[in-house]
Amino acid sequence: MRYLPLSGADRAIMLERIGVSAVDALFADAPPECLRDQAPDLPRRKGEMAVERELGRLAARNVSAGSVPFFLGAGAYRHHVPATVDHLIQRSEFLTSYTPYQPEIAQGTLQYLFEFQTQAAALTGMEVANASMYDGSTACAEAVLMAQRITRRKRAVLSGGLHPHYAEVTRTVCGFAGDSISSLPPDVAASEDIISQIGPDTSCVVVQSPDVFGNLRDLAPIAEAARRAGALLVAVVTEAVSFGLLTSPGAQGADIVVAEGQSIGNALNFGGPYVGLFAARSKFVRQMPGRLCGETVDADGRRGFVLTLSAREQHIRRDKATSNICTNSGLCCLAFTIHMTLLGGHGLRQLARINHANAVALADRLAALPGVTVLNHSFFNEFTVRLAGRDAADVVERLAARGVLGGVPVSRLLPGAGLDDLLLVASTEVNTDEDRTAFVDALAAVLGEIAAC
Amino acid sequence: MLNRQGRPTITGDAAPVAASAAEHRTFTGNRALQQIEPLLFEIGSTERCGVDLDEPAPFTARLGALEAAAPVDLPALSEPETMRHFVRLSQKNYGIDTGMFPLGSCTMKHNPRLNERMARLPGFADVHPLQPVATVQGALAVMDQLAHWLLTLTGMPAVALSPKAGAHGELLGLMAIKAAIAARGEGETRNVVLVPESAHGTNPATAALLGFRVKSVPARDDGAVHLDDVVGLLGPDVAAIMLTNPNTCGLFEPQIVEIAAALHAAGGYFYCDGANFNAIVGKVRPGDLGVDAMHINLHKTFSTPHGGGGPGAGPVVLSERLAPFAPVPFVRKGADGQLSLVEQAGEGEAAQAFGRLTAFHGQMGMYVRALSFMLSHGGDGLRQASEDAVLSANYVRASLADLLTAPFGDRPCMHEALFDDAWLKDTGLTTLDIAKALIDEGFHPMTVYFPLVVHGAMLIEPTESESKVSLDLFIAAMRDLAMAAKRGDAGRFTGAPRHAPLRRLDETRAARQPVLRWTRPQPVA
Repeated sequence: MRYLPLSGADRAIMLERIGVSAVDALFADAPPECLRDQAPDLPRRKGEMAVERELGRLAARNVSAGSVPFFLGAGAYRHHVPATVDHLIQRSEFLTSYTPYQPEIAQGTLQYLFEFQTQAAALTGMEVANASMYDGSTACAEAVLMAQRITRRKRAVLSGGLHPHYAEVTRTVCGFAGDSISSLPPDVAASEDIISQIGPDTSCVVVQSPDVFGNLRDLAPIAEAARRAGALLVAVVTEAVSFGLLTSPGAQGADIVVAEGQSIGNALNFGGPYVGLFAARSKFVRQMPGRLCGETVDADGRRGFVLTLSAREQHIRRDKATSNICTNSGLCCLAFTIHMTLLGGHGLRQLARINHANAVALADRLAALPGVTVLNHSFFNEFTVRLAGRDAADVVERLAARGVLGGVPVSRLLPGAGLDDLLLVASTEVNTDEDRTAFVDALAAVLGEIAAC
Repeated sequence: MLNRQGRPTITGDAAPVAASAAEHRTFTGNRALQQIEPLLFEIGSTERCGVDLDEPAPFTARLGALEAAAPVDLPALSEPETMRHFVRLSQKNYGIDTGMFPLGSCTMKHNPRLNERMARLPGFADVHPLQPVATVQGALAVMDQLAHWLLTLTGMPAVALSPKAGAHGELLGLMAIKAAIAARGEGETRNVVLVPESAHGTNPATAALLGFRVKSVPARDDGAVHLDDVVGLLGPDVAAIMLTNPNTCGLFEPQIVEIAAALHAAGGYFYCDGANFNAIVGKVRPGDLGVDAMHINLHKTFSTPHGGGGPGAGPVVLSERLAPFAPVPFVRKGADGQLSLVEQAGEGEAAQAFGRLTAFHGQMGMYVRALSFMLSHGGDGLRQASEDAVLSANYVRASLADLLTAPFGDRPCMHEALFDDAWLKDTGLTTLDIAKALIDEGFHPMTVYFPLVVHGAMLIEPTESESKVSLDLFIAAMRDLAMAAKRGDAGRFTGAPRHAPLRRLDETRAARQPVLRWTRPQPVA
């Protein structure tokens, strides 16, 4: 077996040193009736070519986003990732290292975590950020738990513009943890009155902008109302490129900001692995979940970095920890950091402008089709269209049959909500004029072939 | 004029008599391959950019009043600077590919690059989680096949794939247990989770997060959890036990079957922390031990890269009793062989699903890597890998037993060898000193001070990836360090590491005055 260096002769010498005659003697504590004398009933070992063939066949059964005009978003976005990023994250010393528990030989990881924290804090407009979470949705649930620890209140209010999966993860995790969650109904037009839901028992309000329907939300009045009521504003961002063009949640008064960072440096990966951003006001730092990297000096007075404030964490605090999390999203976080290093603030702004310009161009062309209405007054790179009387899921299937991946039907996220004629459409820098034309033509044809229901 | 002198050599009389590396100062502060690398913000500028982006065609913005007045204040680097910055950072890191990384409990085994190549196939990497299912049949087939391998290897009937790490898997398992107990009408009364003192910190943290009361099962001198101790704590209030097997002392729990049976008889569930599953793959099926739920760290047992702390993946295998409560999403196989996704809790076959743990379908990138690892090994190779891991740990244990002290005597271990610090008594040295001296010897240290129940613990996990030559060098280095410690050569330890990019770091200062981000220096007035 190509991955196993020990030879039969090695094994014999080693058994002799140990003083047993066979390896099964080392498994003596296992109940004899449970110790299996045969390999499991699974295929035998395969060479590299055979594995490539087998997995290559499975990969070929998927339609990859890059092979067709592609307009899906809803929390995962297709962006161009510079070649430099993927090359660098495959450096052995990054790829095959562990959590930096021995800082003298992990300064590479620690320094990029410090750089990541700086970038994440600047983008969100907050004072501190941690070294990343699993993804945006789990970060959202952790933010609600953190708000509960800070305010010692038990009721969180979720906006109807919050991504339904984020809302469901938050309801699941926080519900088990004993919080009560008030979820507002789906709010396509960004017209909900969330301020009236804030009461003396409210730990936090959770508001996404751009929201799941693409609308941009003014967080400042909500932040102000929350502050007056002693509650926190948790701002959620699922498209990190939007940080390049929009007033930051921090500048609008958010107390905690969580975001999905996949858009910067990371591929779609069918939903994971991704990277969650988690930022907050510095006065809350000791209530934050996850890892934090901090600056210090070594015995010779040279600058270095270490994991710090670990008195919050499970390996020290056990059942008193702020969270059970013991990893971050290392390599995805590194990919984010490298891509942001290439972009900088100016590059990100330009990238965001291109995204917005492409979305505006697409929205205008779609709105010109009969039976298609763009619902948003404002948006960044994603918006909602109403397909008068058509089932958007059916339309998407038919578009796929015509070789266009044309968005996410709202019913995929909110089945049974009576929003079956709504389609979420995203456009990023990867889309060309030809893509838009293909989409518009295919949609016109599909709408023509199905009667309104 | 031509240079007729040839190149000077450094051998013979002409060789310069140099100060030792530690004494020799360079102008730049660099030491050949070890380069000092500033923060990217200190060498970058907001005038530079490492990507070329065209100006879009004229458009009318629809951002309302929320357009930012100025770009985010973050410097950039050009592409060559970016390459150099991160390559230099990487050179300050120790990875598995650098050398032996015997970090107990963390399973630092070889990361085959075939797995990386497979995960980057556009058919896997460039696929959106919400595409129509007809366009992702291959992705769903990967999930289905991975599930088949996991179920066969564990002897369990069901698996929930979505958790993003081991601790996330623990959350899933305990939520399923809590949901099952609530469905039995005992939600108010069964609220205690038993956790051995030797457990990973995530176990009590997870139980506490879900509102369970944590009761500790005491550690015994033999490193095992005793049936009597568990039975003494059982009652109508006990929801579950969280037991690691093989445990964190590197031992197979001898009474695990009896403990599981006692727990079941008392109406509780057995959550197995599967962090150490890599020791028994193909040898023992957790399903045969009475397990109700167990997370599997794909990044340990099935070698998806640790990546400096993630991303991981923590699928959870479940017993028949817990399977109905598994969260969405999961893959459903239709009668026609077509695969689909069940994404809504509360209806159909997900009627009892307790909810959702992550936005999409889990760690697809890790599923592909783990499946590639499994296909490469085959059932036979996975079994051999477990045997080699156990063999190598025992070889290290037996080779150091005369110099170091083992808390549980000479009994065999599983995949990791545990020593305590009794052998350092009277040397004035600590476990940490040994770890730091190992760095100078070119090794990554073992896990230190864990498990907590063993004083000054040193937990050595060589994994199946080390050659005998490599194991022998590690053993020889450890023996040399042990003898130096015993003869009082303290200087070799307390100043260590001397040859790493940095020497020991001041962690107290970092925590006392936290500096968690770079800030732009203020101009001096």
